[in-house]
Amino acid sequence: MARSADSIQLSARATSAARESRAVALSWRRLRRSSNLVVGAVIVVVVVASAALAPWLAPYDPIDQEFTNQLRPPAAAHLFGTDEFGRDIFSRVLFGARIALQVGVLADLIATVLGVLLGVVAGYVGGRLDALVTRVLDVMLAFPYLLLAMIVVAILGPGLTNAMIAIAVVYTPQFARVVRGVVLSVKEQDHVEAARAIGAGPIRILARCILPNIVSPIIVMSTLTIGFMIVETAGLSFLGLGASPPTPEWGSMLATGRSFMLTAAWITTFPGLAILVTVVAFNLVGDGLRDLLDPRLRGRL
Amino acid sequence: MWKYISRRLIQLLPVLFGVSVLVFFGMHLIPGDVVLVLLGEKASAAELERLRHQLGLDQPVYIQYLRFVADALRGDFGVSIRTRQPVIWEIQQALPVTIELSLAALVFAVILGITIGVISARRPHSALDTGAMVFVLIGVSMPVFWTGILLLLVFGGILGWLPLGGILDTSLTIRRITGMPILDAVLQGNWPAVRSSTAHLILPAVTLGSVLMATIARMARSTMLDVLNLDYVRTARAKGVAEGGVVGRHALWNALLPVVTLIGLHLGLLLSGAVLTETIFALPGLGRLTITSVLARDYPVVQGVVVIGAVIFVVANLAVDVLYAWLDPRIRYS
Amino acid sequence: MRRWPFVGVVLAVTVIAAAFVFGAVERLGAQAPKTLVIAIGADQTGLDPQTVQNNESGFIMATIYDSIVNYKPGSSEVGPGLAESWTISPDGKVYTFKIRKGVKFHDGTPMNARTIAEDVDRAINPNNPCYVFNRKVDTYDDFTFGSVKAGNVVKVDVPEEYTLRFTLPEPNAPFLSSIAMVWQGIVSPAATKQYNCDAGQHPVGTGPYKFVEAVRNDHVTLEANPDYWGGKPKIDRIVFRIMPESATRMLALERNEVQILADVPPADYERVTKNSALKLYTQPGLTILGVAMSNELGPFKDKRVRQAMNYAVDKEAINKGLYAGATTASQGMPPVLWGYNKSVQPYPFDVNKAKALLKDAGYPNGLSADMMVSANPRGYNPIGGAKLGEAVQSYLAKAGVTVKITQYEWGAYLARLRREPWEGFAISGWSGDNGDPDNFLGDMFEWDTVNNKARTNNNARHHNPEYDKLILDGRRTSDQAKRAQIYEKANAVLHDDAPWIFMNHTNHVRATRANVKGFQLNPLQMFFHMELVSLE
Repeated sequence: MARSADSIQLSARATSAARESRAVALSWRRLRRSSNLVVGAVIVVVVVASAALAPWLAPYDPIDQEFTNQLRPPAAAHLFGTDEFGRDIFSRVLFGARIALQVGVLADLIATVLGVLLGVVAGYVGGRLDALVTRVLDVMLAFPYLLLAMIVVAILGPGLTNAMIAIAVVYTPQFARVVRGVVLSVKEQDHVEAARAIGAGPIRILARCILPNIVSPIIVMSTLTIGFMIVETAGLSFLGLGASPPTPEWGSMLATGRSFMLTAAWITTFPGLAILVTVVAFNLVGDGLRDLLDPRLRGRL
Repeated sequence: MWKYISRRLIQLLPVLFGVSVLVFFGMHLIPGDVVLVLLGEKASAAELERLRHQLGLDQPVYIQYLRFVADALRGDFGVSIRTRQPVIWEIQQALPVTIELSLAALVFAVILGITIGVISARRPHSALDTGAMVFVLIGVSMPVFWTGILLLLVFGGILGWLPLGGILDTSLTIRRITGMPILDAVLQGNWPAVRSSTAHLILPAVTLGSVLMATIARMARSTMLDVLNLDYVRTARAKGVAEGGVVGRHALWNALLPVVTLIGLHLGLLLSGAVLTETIFALPGLGRLTITSVLARDYPVVQGVVVIGAVIFVVANLAVDVLYAWLDPRIRYS
Repeated sequence: MRRWPFVGVVLAVTVIAAAFVFGAVERLGAQAPKTLVIAIGADQTGLDPQTVQNNESGFIMATIYDSIVNYKPGSSEVGPGLAESWTISPDGKVYTFKIRKGVKFHDGTPMNARTIAEDVDRAINPNNPCYVFNRKVDTYDDFTFGSVKAGNVVKVDVPEEYTLRFTLPEPNAPFLSSIAMVWQGIVSPAATKQYNCDAGQHPVGTGPYKFVEAVRNDHVTLEANPDYWGGKPKIDRIVFRIMPESATRMLALERNEVQILADVPPADYERVTKNSALKLYTQPGLTILGVAMSNELGPFKDKRVRQAMNYAVDKEAINKGLYAGATTASQGMPPVLWGYNKSVQPYPFDVNKAKALLKDAGYPNGLSADMMVSANPRGYNPIGGAKLGEAVQSYLAKAGVTVKITQYEWGAYLARLRREPWEGFAISGWSGDNGDPDNFLGDMFEWDTVNNKARTNNNARHHNPEYDKLILDGRRTSDQAKRAQIYEKANAVLHDDAPWIFMNHTNHVRATRANVKGFQLNPLQMFFHMELVSLE
């Protein structure tokens, strides 16, 4: 009995190894053809670098006011112009990148981890626990994103950290749902049945069979969601529920610059462009990763 | 078909229950004394107690919850702290505008999205296709509020072709029938008002629908590409069936299904985007009411809006699912 | 079927183009004759003067209601209103008004001394079913009519059909100016009864314009009252349009979609003055703006700390940069008001002095504090509190004071300031309601010795017994020259006490189309006397 089980395991491993190496070969070819991913990755690197090096790259202090220099259009001294407090917009955009990335990535991580936990537990354990978790997820999915985020912020109070928590909470059900779906489908597969038959514990099954399958969708979804996180945080700040002054958050800059839409359009344009470029970059990387790792996901994510 | 619908409706009930619990207890977690806000600091302790008793705030929480649900089922969500008008009335005033906006955005997104997706699928990797895909990538990545500001600036400000906000020209009046500006104008046969309210809705609808339009375009393109590569389509082409016949009948229908799913998935984005769009274009809709009330700590209104918003959202999702089931009979029997 | 996508695109483009064309055509014929559109930044929250205290509501109510006495056009001086004339008894306690005959409310019911008394009754009589204190959050009734709780409320009686008499428990010099306020407009008692004590959605007054409709968050329409006792209004319709975005309001004014802007941000002044089709109206404001400090809590208990804050901020720079040159403040009321102390100068900008004072007070390493702001523009602060807060925060940081800003919406902001003991900074300001110094110095800085707490609007919780005595004296004296001297002394005390970082007195500014005639600013900032306005 043990021997045949071993050989089943062996051959299963062999087949999967062969499949893996073929997949890697295909991936490499696809990567070279996937200019999306490359372009996106380059932009992301640039954005991350600007954010990380902001204290050195920024020519001025982002919150330093100078009333003699108000509302200047872009020029040599101020690349992106100045706002009504005389603050340099280029410096503010650079520091805004730090905030956007910090908040976006952190919120994404929280949502991913929580979502994976919930999804795996619900999908694997099944039964009543699954039913309960699904119901809760359904309830949370029953709210339009911003409304749910607004409730959380209303409870916790306005502020950037609270906005981040709110957005993370709001996106968790999405991750959980996808992960649960994958776990459910993998659970029925043959090699899982086989592993269970030879008495492998749930941890082993999870680690060896299930988790590898959710890695690709999670990576793709996570990357694609960073863009959403950044935009949603900017949206909350735009409405006055996120960052408080004088934080150079891109969304708040857009909000305050609205009054100067006609007279000093640069105050809104550059933060807006910054959001656009960053989100495009993450979307490109996410799309590229998806095409690379598992094009079948194209329909679902 | 009806069995499917009733099955789904029954599944809704626990969700609605969960929503009401979440909202009610969420609101109660918010710091602050409602009674003090209502009566002001001039009120004596006796007056505060009286109002507290009147509002039932001195009872245990679960009884308050039951009262909340009982009232809500009757449509009574209390009174707005800010305006002292019934919450349900405030919502009634604002909701139709948002519904009209969302429908317009949906129509825009579906028509333009499918059109772009189909056109670019016919010549994949051409200049047209790449251009369309770049356009669409930007559409998906642009924050809704910036799109709105830009459109307002260009078409409203610089070019002056479209209005700067609001729902109707100040010189025109229409009687309120449904609360939806264009519909009311049509029902009254007031053609200048129809033109004016439509013009006022164009930029907001485009803004709100932009992300969905881009997503639909990508989806439509990829589905079309898949279908166009299928054997039976290639065969049809080889047999000399006219291009239009190939594309029109087989491929299009198949492209439609995922779009319906997409709409369902993105309904949440649509309603959230409405908050931002209404703020930028000064539309007197539910989104604007929500943000004003959240900022003003007007909890009865926030509570009412969230519950009603969630109900509408759930019902809309159900409608999308039913539509999908109608289009794809396989789902009905699963 | 090949054509389907193209047909779809062509159809879409045609529809859009048609909308453009029609939209553009619409704009050419946009204004019906004799309609005046006024752009305001937020919606009204009710139109019953006794139950709201919201600026935008005030703008609209000023066209619908008259008070017993009205302000004269363009000024804060009191003149006839629903009362043609009045006498004051020698002891200053009895006011007898002769009420105008032949005036009707907009609902057709007659206006006379009895109906006025009925309306006032709900502000002063706790047994009145519509007693105001059961309904409102804040009220001006206590300083106008006295407080029921304190037992110093006025008595009203009606000796004859057209004679109205108020008996005050003690002389109150600002009484006349107070009953002229828009918040004491007289509402038809029939309407109040009909709408269950709150005719806020169906306002009925005696004023030059009648309420037609209000679409939530969009506009309020009023039409002329042809029988107005002050003369038939020259404009048939007034529409108050709610436009929250200042850039959009400016564009709308330039396109003649609106004719008057109620708020003009200082950054746009030049645009208006350079445009010959527009006109900018300026008046020295009856306003004051500053940053209140919690005089009872935290480091600001110490006068030296408060003065240090005043030295730390470069007020001239802020006033020039953000407020297009508003006058820097040095005391509790603006220079245009009598009782201003001309010999008191604003605190100069001196960071070293600030640091030295902080060191004396025991804060050699500076300190940190919270600041509450509200972003809504106010009459005394056209750019909103958040921006002023940011500017002040930056200067204070250089003096070693770290400030954390939290933003609240106006209603929530007021509630926080008044309900709870608060610590730190809070942007505060005041627009004069009745042109009397007591309205500034008393309302904002007086300590209510009877109830032993700060007066409602004394956000800073300023408490100085010498000051309080001066304020009480000022109220009891009837001779204006003597009162002026008293208030000048009070202002000097206030300057030294530094309960606020005194900021500025913004000008009262409105922008209109050049063809709007007969429009006058008044220090109370309300749209009084709109019957005199015409469009050429």
